[in-house]
Amino acid sequence: MFNWKFAFVSVAFSLISLGCSGGNSENGDFTVVKDVKIGAFDPQLAAKGEQIFKMKCVACHQYDKRLVGPPLGDVVKRRSADYIISMIIAPEVMQEKNDTVKALVQKYLTKMTNQNVSIEDAKAIYEHLRQVAGMK
Amino acid sequence: MKDKFLIAFSAIAILSIAVFFFGCPTGKKSVVERDAAEKVYIAPGQYDEFYAFLSGGFSGQVSVYGIPSGRLLRIIPVFAVNPENGYGYSEETKAMLTTTHGFIPWDDSHHPELSQTNGVADGRWLFINSNNTPRVARIDLTTFRTVEIIEIPNSGGNHASPFVTENTEYVVASTRFSVPIPQEDVTISSYAEKFKGTLSFIKVDPQTGRMNIAFQILMPGFDYDLSHAGKGKSHGWFFFSSYNTEQAHTLLEVNASQNDKDFIAAVNWKKAEEYLAQGKAHEIPGVHYHNVFDEKKQTAYSEVIDNVKVLIPEECPGLVYFIPTPKSPHGCDVDPEGEYIVGGGKLATVIPVFSFTKMLKAIEEKKFDKTIDGIPVLNYDAVLAGEVQNPGLGPLHTEFDGKGYAYTSVFISSEVVKWSLKDFKVVDRIPVYYSIGHLCLPGGDTKKPTPKYLLALNKITKDRYLPTGPELPQACQLIDITGEKMKMLSDFPTVGEPHYAQMISAEVIKDKSVKIFKLEENQHPHKITSPEQAKVIRNGKEVHVYMTAIRSHFTPDNIEGIKVGDEVYFHVTNLEQDWDIPHGFAVFGSTNAELLIMPGETLTLKWTPKAPGVYPFYCTDFCSALHQEMQGYVRVSPANAKVELSWNK
Repeated sequence: MFNWKFAFVSVAFSLISLGCSGGNSENGDFTVVKDVKIGAFDPQLAAKGEQIFKMKCVACHQYDKRLVGPPLGDVVKRRSADYIISMIIAPEVMQEKNDTVKALVQKYLTKMTNQNVSIEDAKAIYEHLRQVAGMK
Repeated sequence: MKDKFLIAFSAIAILSIAVFFFGCPTGKKSVVERDAAEKVYIAPGQYDEFYAFLSGGFSGQVSVYGIPSGRLLRIIPVFAVNPENGYGYSEETKAMLTTTHGFIPWDDSHHPELSQTNGVADGRWLFINSNNTPRVARIDLTTFRTVEIIEIPNSGGNHASPFVTENTEYVVASTRFSVPIPQEDVTISSYAEKFKGTLSFIKVDPQTGRMNIAFQILMPGFDYDLSHAGKGKSHGWFFFSSYNTEQAHTLLEVNASQNDKDFIAAVNWKKAEEYLAQGKAHEIPGVHYHNVFDEKKQTAYSEVIDNVKVLIPEECPGLVYFIPTPKSPHGCDVDPEGEYIVGGGKLATVIPVFSFTKMLKAIEEKKFDKTIDGIPVLNYDAVLAGEVQNPGLGPLHTEFDGKGYAYTSVFISSEVVKWSLKDFKVVDRIPVYYSIGHLCLPGGDTKKPTPKYLLALNKITKDRYLPTGPELPQACQLIDITGEKMKMLSDFPTVGEPHYAQMISAEVIKDKSVKIFKLEENQHPHKITSPEQAKVIRNGKEVHVYMTAIRSHFTPDNIEGIKVGDEVYFHVTNLEQDWDIPHGFAVFGSTNAELLIMPGETLTLKWTPKAPGVYPFYCTDFCSALHQEMQGYVRVSPANAKVELSWNK
């Protein structure tokens, strides 16, 4: 005899699992952008980046000491370009999906804000941070 | 045990049946259908289908509700100060409420009206009138902020306003309380001789929305009450109802209710444009303030205009006609085709429906009963299309569903009546609780209504809600009009008096909503865009503090060198660039309001410390986990102290 009860439960489970897919299946080293190309140092781009940094970042970040967030003077030596640019353009996504960032939120107790920075401007900020780190 | 269970079960069953048949035991009858809750339920996180913009009446503001849920989304300060966000208190917004009488912190806002393109609400701007000190405001629907207020000169009380023509060529204003024009010291009993009304046509710039008074029409001293523009075939005309054609100046309740018929004034505004071009207008004194919020500088500025152009009907044949309308008409509504003009005679026993086509014919055939101050009075029967019989007691306002039906609010008998435009017969009626004024359908006064809901705007709630002392709220009731019969769905209390409302599909507005102000585009004269630029500057007794706010600190947050007698201006720029992250700013003992600063915005609070001491300031809007830490101190020294100005970065 066909087991209606079993069939119903199976269908229900399938529906639930289908409906609930798409959860956090990302890896801990997730970044929003992948394989960002970093070319030869561009001083003009770095100068533009410095301007944006002073407008949108310095309220919380200094180069050589912790303020609200971590010091960024040597960040390009510590983190990948993908990581840095992802943090600048979508910190809220990184805070949810990247294990390193999750740990940093625990340490600093403040979530980094989305400052509405375009990817082009984020690259400019990266260029500025390269300069600060002496990696020009 | 089993028996006890059975008894309990039976008792519950009997009670349920009793409740089902006799209603809930509150003494009030429940009149909603069983599926009403489902129709107004919007699940958490889901959006409503319509925005409803409700005037706040004597609150002076506009409130925004989601429909069908009736959830309050926002209150937009317009004609009254709002300490909650500093509107009217911050240096940037004070100019918005400045008039020829000085700064006015309150008014009475009555009719919201959405801008239109081709006779359809386009979701760009919302206009609203102030009744007490005559003004018209414009709200930008990308920011939900009041961006312009223009004062109406030569007027006493602006009620029939601010209705728009079908491409928002004009918004109108009018005189509810006729006054001497120009104002002068005369005896009130000289009313009939000296008092006049004006109908003002305010031109709206199609790109920027900027308003300016194009012309006024000088009218006999009646009370001009409500209006609507012609549309479609009657585009080019505007209709204004009037009462007190008796020209009484005391006990109007009795003395202005004597005439069997008052008038709807039909104004040919295209003709007015011709007369204007011919130089027929008189330039007369009409000092008025025009306040505009400069969105780049984030600051309101006032200009004062001295004169206005006035057309006098006697000198301009064909400009205005009077249509006799029974018993102190109130509402003046035009159907989507532009053919029917419906008068709401608040003391009448019928609803008169006039035909635009017949009106043109009567004008052509000169079917005039008489002339008043050069304005021909058309013959009632020559213009009448029909009368709606037995509409209830006190019909006021009518809106249309675009499917051949009209809906009229009826004040004294507290109901909405639905009637057919085909034969002017009442087809349905529904009681409302209580004393309905205006009603509103989405697009109900435009060429394209969306006949889904009807909002009844009720003046009195009495026993509808839990009592809150002598002062009770006004309310809206939502009615389903998708079927033949109207069905009551829900009601909800409102902010101030929901005098009139406009509903519009959320789709037209929601995606254009501004989320932040870009720091790069901030041209405020006192902005700084980095904490590195923070500074404090003394200029005599004036001290300007240039401050930034970001989660979760102010820069500077320690200021010394302020002295008693100083006027301190805190110019606070919110450096956030993320949606829904405002910061607040309040300083101890301030006799001003707070500031609520949106992301990327600069606002200024003026503070005059009165005694030496150290005064804390802090962020008032919970912004982050460390919001409680977002604070600072100002040291205030005696006037003759030698403390140098200093601050930290």
